[in-house]
Amino acid sequence: MTPERAAPVKSKVGLRHTTSIAGTFLTAACASIGAISLLCILGYVAVQGFRAIDIAFVTALPVPAGESGGGVANGIVGTAITVGLAVIIATPIGLLSGLFLALFGRGWFPEVVRFLSDVLSGIPSIAIGLFAYGLLVAPFRHFSALAASFAFALLMLPLILRTSEEAVRSVPRAVREGALALGLSELSATMRIVVPAARPAIITGLLLAIARVTGETAPLLFTAFGSQFWELNPTQPMAQLPLQVFTYAISSYRSWHEQAWAGALLLILAVLVLNILARVVLTPRSQR
Amino acid sequence: MNEADNAKAVDVPLRVAGLSAYYGARQAVADVSMAFVPNSVTALMGPSGCGKTTILRCLNRIHEILPGAYARGQVLLGGEDVYDSGMSVIELRRRVGMVFQRANPFPTLSILGNVTAGLSRRLPAGEKLRMAEKALRSAALWEEVKDKLHKPASALSGGQQQRLCIARALAVEPEVLLMDEPTSSLDPISTLSIEELMTVLAAEYAIVVVTHNMQQAARVSKYSAFMLADETGVGRLIEMDETTRIFTKPSDRRTEDYITGRFG
Repeated sequence: MTPERAAPVKSKVGLRHTTSIAGTFLTAACASIGAISLLCILGYVAVQGFRAIDIAFVTALPVPAGESGGGVANGIVGTAITVGLAVIIATPIGLLSGLFLALFGRGWFPEVVRFLSDVLSGIPSIAIGLFAYGLLVAPFRHFSALAASFAFALLMLPLILRTSEEAVRSVPRAVREGALALGLSELSATMRIVVPAARPAIITGLLLAIARVTGETAPLLFTAFGSQFWELNPTQPMAQLPLQVFTYAISSYRSWHEQAWAGALLLILAVLVLNILARVVLTPRSQR
Repeated sequence: MNEADNAKAVDVPLRVAGLSAYYGARQAVADVSMAFVPNSVTALMGPSGCGKTTILRCLNRIHEILPGAYARGQVLLGGEDVYDSGMSVIELRRRVGMVFQRANPFPTLSILGNVTAGLSRRLPAGEKLRMAEKALRSAALWEEVKDKLHKPASALSGGQQQRLCIARALAVEPEVLLMDEPTSSLDPISTLSIEELMTVLAAEYAIVVVTHNMQQAARVSKYSAFMLADETGVGRLIEMDETTRIFTKPSDRRTEDYITGRFG
């Protein structure tokens, strides 16, 4: 570092130093692009959507095109019901299969299950929606929110399955051995000691799976279909927030465009809240 | 078996005879026979990979929970072969408790919950608390935790967590206590407190401790077994005797080489 140092050594060290700084800068810059693009989307949607968000927007029913005011209350409730039913369908199946894979995960059958689950998680949601249509809509000649829940459940299932498998697997072997060494049965050791230890990670996986389907639109097009009215019966077509965003966005009315932005903002906020919750759940109590 | 052997078998609660242990196709231990004397500490010594931990883990059949792992030969608890009798692994593990290399408290349970985890859930709460206090006192931990029994076990220090694991094992009132290098992850002061505890507990239990710390074996144990892996990596018992004898007049050259620090 001192000026007296021999020139060649200095230049070599200097070059390495420069390369190191350049590398750090490049990786940091790339990392920022991801973060900044989220902030840009959030900011832009917030600016556009903020104008249309008021109490009525979240409490009132939609009004006919061209009239001002109205809201998407039925869509918010419809999305909550549809996602809620999907959680009820997918959670027990995903959780128990994840537990099975974590505890008895060797051999051809678990491998096949894992492979199929990975394939399922890669299937486009529109195809899943089409499948739900063929299975639960076409035969009854009748759109229903239940068909949408079924499609959502299929989308959530591989996520819940793999995150619960990982969660149970990441419980140290020593914890399970400790339980067995006390004379607990396999079942008690699993249910009383291992699964509780994995609970935060399981809940996190569940919340992320919910966040994943909350904004899904494609499967809704030909399952829940949407509705202008209050509809709380899941066997009927039901309003859905993502569908309302879609319908309003492609319309030709300025007031609907604003409402589309506002709906998009609500969806993003919901996903954001779910992600934050998932983080909080994972943080040990002592560090909160 | 003659009369004298029979008489001996009665006051030896735990014995192994011709025990071999495997991990899948790999044999880890061959043809080991040992007897563990009540009210004393027996140390299993030897360099890494000599099979001492495997032997210990066969004694409560925790060895076989690893996929592909199994054992051949006899482990006799009170004269009953634990591999070949009506004794369930659950009963066996209640009679033969275990403490692990690293303290492994149950992360979601409180201190009290950890100590009572092995007790029947049908016991009334008062009875559980009484048994927990007894176990915690035996593990010399009661005074330190009596005011925070409902705090999570993770709030304790490493040495306290290990004593909690000892209390947890004692709460189910075993006859034998297995300890797998119980101080290897502890600082010297915590190590000392665990060693003192072992000396005290030896008054009531047969203790089998795996250690590769020879000073520890010399300090705490009455009997010592020295094990060594042969050229093919299969662990064998070289000799077993009173600890003082092993350290002063071992009958096998390899034992002498090991304890004088010529290898291992």
